[in-house]
Amino acid sequence: MGLRNYLSDVASGVKSLLTGMKVTGRLFLRHHKEKITQQYPDNKDTMVYPERFRGEVVMPHDDNNEHACTGCTACELACPNGTIKIITKFDVTPEGKRKKAIDTFIYHLQLCTMCNLCIEACPTDAIKMAQTFEHSVFDRSQLIKKLNQEGSKIREGVE
Amino acid sequence: MYRETEVIQTIPGTDEMVLNIGPQHPATHGVLHLVITLNGEIIKKVEPHLGYIHRSIEKMCESLSYRQFIYSTSRMDYLSSHINNHACALCVEQGLEVEIPRRAQYIRVIMDELTRIASHCLWWGAMAMDVGALTPFFLAFREREMINDIMEETCGARLTMNYMVPGGVMFDLHPNFVGRVKHFIAHFKSKIDEYDELVTGNIIFQNRLKNIGVLRPEDAISYGCSGPTARASGVSCDLRKHMPYEIYPELQFEEVLDNGGDSFARYLVRLTELRQSMHILEQLIDDIPEGDFQAKTKAVLKLPKGEYYQPIETARGEFGVYIVSDGSTTPYRIKFRSPGFSNLSVLDHISRGQKIGDLVAIMGSLDLVIPDIDR
Repeated sequence: MGLRNYLSDVASGVKSLLTGMKVTGRLFLRHHKEKITQQYPDNKDTMVYPERFRGEVVMPHDDNNEHACTGCTACELACPNGTIKIITKFDVTPEGKRKKAIDTFIYHLQLCTMCNLCIEACPTDAIKMAQTFEHSVFDRSQLIKKLNQEGSKIREGVE
Repeated sequence: MYRETEVIQTIPGTDEMVLNIGPQHPATHGVLHLVITLNGEIIKKVEPHLGYIHRSIEKMCESLSYRQFIYSTSRMDYLSSHINNHACALCVEQGLEVEIPRRAQYIRVIMDELTRIASHCLWWGAMAMDVGALTPFFLAFREREMINDIMEETCGARLTMNYMVPGGVMFDLHPNFVGRVKHFIAHFKSKIDEYDELVTGNIIFQNRLKNIGVLRPEDAISYGCSGPTARASGVSCDLRKHMPYEIYPELQFEEVLDNGGDSFARYLVRLTELRQSMHILEQLIDDIPEGDFQAKTKAVLKLPKGEYYQPIETARGEFGVYIVSDGSTTPYRIKFRSPGFSNLSVLDHISRGQKIGDLVAIMGSLDLVIPDIDR
């Protein structure tokens, strides 16, 4: 009786192992043709990034070197980590009025957690998320970025 | 008792010795440090030492506003970050008393269930790897990658999404979302059967798990276990059934229970939960109602003075957010109740008297995520 139990245990054990091996064999013979592994960075030119992917904060400028940032500091207040620092100045308009504008928009990439709260807070859509993700540099001071370009102005009509 | 500079030390006068596992050990899945007292191969005592990944998230949250603190909870249980964010959003909404649009509720539940599938997928691969099978890890990551791609397209991130905000969700669904989730459901259904065929019936796998780390229901309750760990001991504790939130009361699904209490029962419960999550997704994906994805909330959120608690069922168990508000823009005190901490505390109890080789299987079946245990 003991021997029979032992043998049936061995038989069922071997059967269970063969069931697993069947899956292995099936995958070996009929592996789907689609390749999952991406040959990064060789496929850099053909890679498709989702448009919502959050890589870093950028400030888009148009052809006239104009942006939409009014310097309201809503993004600075929304940021949980102190990633954004806006230094404002006062421009004098042709009519002689003093108008608030941004002098420097400092973005600390090394502090950013890509939580998207600054983009949500911006009332004029002046900043957006870029899809770049290769941020490694040799010195951490290079991660402190100035987002507004040299000599840029606020776009006409943006309040 | 022991010095950390020495890996192995014998205790004078006895046959026992002290062995350190971790904090940098591949089998602990993170920086968990276990100090084990052994008699030969038999475990006498397991003492988890925490603190290696403590980032004081609770204290940090007290200086952040009610919109800002949600992002940091993605960094706790990183495998169910959507569900953590969801709990925080629900707790804030409880204080604000806002009505969440129906579309947002649907999106939230779909995201929760996708996260649960991704989390259980990773657990299944890691569990099989812990007991010595390497292939399942690759198979599980193949399917998890599909969910990550769906998340990346709609939420903008693969792991730390920060998608749930007080009042709804941050963006509307991506136009491709429904199609991709349907494709995933069709694809994954055959894959669960493949998982079953490859690992569940395997005699070696079963012998490694059956009658290993038996957790009795009364112990599960007294240690505060929750989630699949407690349900595998027959304790009915699914918060989606018992304290329903969002649209869970309208959904058809079963609470998965098992009376085994051993590691294999915990394995079976999680595998069946994968099927239940698929079942929930199938009910929701076809009729997501039109409408707003976010309720109108004020720019600066202020919770009325008082205390708020919101428990939620994550992939690992009950995750609770407790907020004490003094009426200002930042919480006075925040406490997170993480499922992993209670589930880890039972490790000493259930692994006493087992062999040291079984400890890894027990830890795998408890599904520990260390940053969640040690916030």
